[in-house]
Parts: sequence; C-alpha cells; structure tokens
Amino acid sequence: MTVFNLAIELAYWQQTVIRSVLALVAVLLPAGTLVYLYLFKMMSFMQSRLGPMEAGPYGSLQLLAEVGKFLQKEDLFPRAADRVVFKAAPFVVLASTFLLVLVLPAGPDAWFINIDTGVFLALAVSSISVIGILMAGWGSASKYSLIGGLRAAGQLVAYELPLVLAVMGVVIQAGTLNVQEIVLAQANGEIFGWGGIGNPFIITQFLGFIIFLVAIQAELTQPPFDMPVAESEIVTGYLTEYTGMRFLLFFIGEFATAGIFSALAATFFLGGWYFPGLDPTDNLFNLLGPVVLIGKMLLVSFLIFWFRFTYPRFREDQLQQLAWKVLVPLSLLNIVVTGVLKVMF
Amino acid sequence: MISLFFAQIQGLDPLEGSEVLVAQNVFFALIALVMVLAALKMVTTENIVHAALYLVIVLAGAAGMFILLGAEFIAVTQILVYIGAIIVLFLFGIMLTKGSFGAEEGEFRERSQMAVLVAVLIVTVTSGAFIDSFRNTELSREMPSTTAEIGDMIFSQFIIPFEAISVLLLAALIGSVVIARRDQ
Repeated sequence: MTVFNLAIELAYWQQTVIRSVLALVAVLLPAGTLVYLYLFKMMSFMQSRLGPMEAGPYGSLQLLAEVGKFLQKEDLFPRAADRVVFKAAPFVVLASTFLLVLVLPAGPDAWFINIDTGVFLALAVSSISVIGILMAGWGSASKYSLIGGLRAAGQLVAYELPLVLAVMGVVIQAGTLNVQEIVLAQANGEIFGWGGIGNPFIITQFLGFIIFLVAIQAELTQPPFDMPVAESEIVTGYLTEYTGMRFLLFFIGEFATAGIFSALAATFFLGGWYFPGLDPTDNLFNLLGPVVLIGKMLLVSFLIFWFRFTYPRFREDQLQQLAWKVLVPLSLLNIVVTGVLKVMF
Repeated sequence: MISLFFAQIQGLDPLEGSEVLVAQNVFFALIALVMVLAALKMVTTENIVHAALYLVIVLAGAAGMFILLGAEFIAVTQILVYIGAIIVLFLFGIMLTKGSFGAEEGEFRERSQMAVLVAVLIVTVTSGAFIDSFRNTELSREMPSTTAEIGDMIFSQFIIPFEAISVLLLAALIGSVVIARRDQ
C-alpha cells in the first residue's frame, strides 16, 4: 500500500507526508507544463510567431524568468482596500485548487485520498474558489474589480450546475462516487463483449464529455468565457489591483486548476490512469499511471487551449443563456437517458 | 498544565474502554475553539462582508466536525451547500445591493436584545433535544456511515420524507421565480 510499491511498508504518517509532497508537485507541474507548452508555444505557433526563444533552448526557461520577474515586483495595495480580505483572496483560490487535486487517482495505490465521496468532494471544493474571487473583487475597493468579481461569481455558479450534472451520467454508469472505482469500472468494462480497450465512458457519455468540457472552460474563465477579466470593458476584472506575487498566485491557481480539471475529465471520460491491454491491478501502474494520466490530461487541455485561442469572447447574456437554456436541459436529458439505459441493460 | 489540558479533553470521550481517541479529541478542541472565536467575531463585527467571511470559517469548522465523526458525506454536503452555494449567494447579494467598501455603521445594533433572546432560545431547545435523543447513543468506531449506505437508506426507509422535501424545494423554486418575475 505504498505510493510506488516499494519493498518496504511505510507507516501511515510516512505515507501521508509522501502523498502531501506529491500533491504539491501534482499542482505545480501541470501548471508549468500548460503555461509553457500551450500558452507560450502553441499560441505562438497558431499566431505564426516563435514565442519566447531567449531564455534556455526554445525558451524553456522562460517560466523561471517570469516567476523571477513577479517575485521582484513591489507588493502594492489600493489605499481603500480591505487589506486582510485583499491579502487572503489568492490563498483561498489556491486552497480550492489544492483540495481539488486530492481526489485524483494516478494508479492502483498512487492516490492522495481514496474516499467514497470522491466526485462529490471534487465538485464541492471547486466551488470554494468563488469565495476567493468575490473576496478579491470586493477587497480591492475598485469598481472594475467589483464588477469583475460579480461577473465571475455569476458565471461560476451558472456553469457549476452543468458541470455537476454532466458528471452524474458517469456516476450513474459506474454506480459509484469513488473516483478510483470509476477508473476501474472503465478499465474492466466491455464494449458489447469486447474488452480490448476497456470501456472509456467517452463512448457512452459523449454528450456528457462535451458538456463537461464547455463547463470547465467557463469555470476556468478561459476565452471565450472570459467576461470576468474582459480587458476592453473592465481592465482585468477582479485581478486589476493585484501585482507581483499575489497576481502570480492567481495565475498559478488558474493554470493549475486547468490542469486538474483536464485530468478530472480524463479520469471520468477517458479511463484515467488505465492504459489498454494491461491488468489494472498490476503494480506497474503505480509508476506508469501518472505518466498515462499526464498524457491524457495534456490531450484534454489541448482542446481547452485550442478553443481558447480560436473563439472570440461571448457577451454576458449569451454566456448565461448558454448555461441555463442549453447545457442544463441537455445534461438533464443525458441523466434521464443514462438512468433508463442503466436500468434496462 | 499541559497534562491537565489533555486529561480534560480526554475526559470528553464518551466511549468506554481502554482505547482513547486522543487525536480526535485534540482536533475537536482546536476546531471548536476556532469555531467559537469565528462565531463571536461574526456577530460582533461592524462589517457585513467580514461577517459573511467569518461564517465561512464557522461552517468549514462544522464540516471538520462531521469528518471527525466519520460522516464524510455530510461534511462534503456542508461544504457544497453552505460554503459553495449559500455563502456565495450572501456575498453576491451584499455586493450587488450595498456596493459600499469599508466598515458599515452599526445599523444592526438596535435589535440586539431580541437577537440574544432568540439565540439563547434556539441553543436551549436544540441542545436539549439533542441531549435527550442521543444521550446513550454510542458512535460505532468500526463502521462510519458510508455514502452507499446513506443512498440506500434515503431511497428505501426515508423515501417519503425525501420526496416531501423534494416537492417543498420545487414549490420554493417556482415561488421564487414567480416573485422575481411579478412585474412582467
């Protein structure tokens, strides 16, 4: 029951320490990868330019340069700001991200917490970030920040519903809220008696997958859903007054959450850490699983960033209409159909 | 002094037997302390947004208490419903309607005596009811309540209350829509 199945038995507290350190890695590594690979390089490629090239080979050390730049900046406060709320806001957002990563399993024994309420917990803690954003918007004591914070809260609340409902289809099909067991249900599943690649839920829950992707795009306030930080209207929304380290925390939170949501989508719909053709109880998966999961995460986040660089921004009313009039009814329909089929077969 | 403190919090353990749940009791004391302080700050602060944020700490503490009791499903529900939805709605409403920054005037002080009376009444009635119902109940340490069990219970033993609550919530939902759209 050790993390990488070493030949030694670790005590509970030793396992917990290892899992905690790895959770930190699991938050920061996807964030850095996504920023360099997609935000720097893929966006540049799509816009026919090179992107960062100076720091390191192909600009691979640009991230360190950026972090160094942010760390050197002065820690500024608006004069009327509510200092405590203003200071605490980025940490609340980051806390939500760190709690979210805990439910992700990366192998038969390589999990952070393995509980029966896994999916439920993920959806619950992802809503904590709304409080952080509202705190940032209000604590800054600036019009643009307040409007941005309110827009973000309205958007996050609206898109949380289709997000939850899209996952319900997966939960009904797997028959469990435990994330680890959802992965195993896909690994051990069969498509009309053929178990060659297991049964990734993207096949039966394709509508759910699409709704989930649209919803996480909005939850991450990525374009085309970036009304809360629309620079042509409200400067940068709730981020307007933030500089240096605190802005960096928001930035890390955003991209780490993008990575974790992608990994969650990969876990719910693409089979998680399971690689076809192998035995899911194999100890090999404690080492191979994280790699497979990162591969699938990069695949899903590629889609997210592809949409980000392709589509122009929605208007606020269009954004709310898409959530309430299209995504919520579709996901409810998906739940009903899944439930009926589950009972029939 | 410290040993006395530990003896005190160990004394809270209602379970008989040689094993004492030290870690649970220590964390119970810590969480309870944080919750009481946050609750006091919440009712005494002049700033309504600060009050809502102190309420977040109190509710998160309650979720922690449920985890200590092995009721993780209720703990997660606590986070999802109270912190994720109700507090967000509070903050949203406050920021949308008041829109002012900084400290408020003490406009809530006028009705403080009534509030104290109601609070004391609620504490007396609920704690009395709880002590009366659960005085001799012991928590099973081997089998904390699991999510699957709760699901089975809701849809078998408690199906009628569950459906009644569903209808009540639906009525509230429709009612709020009707009130909100009255002008049209």
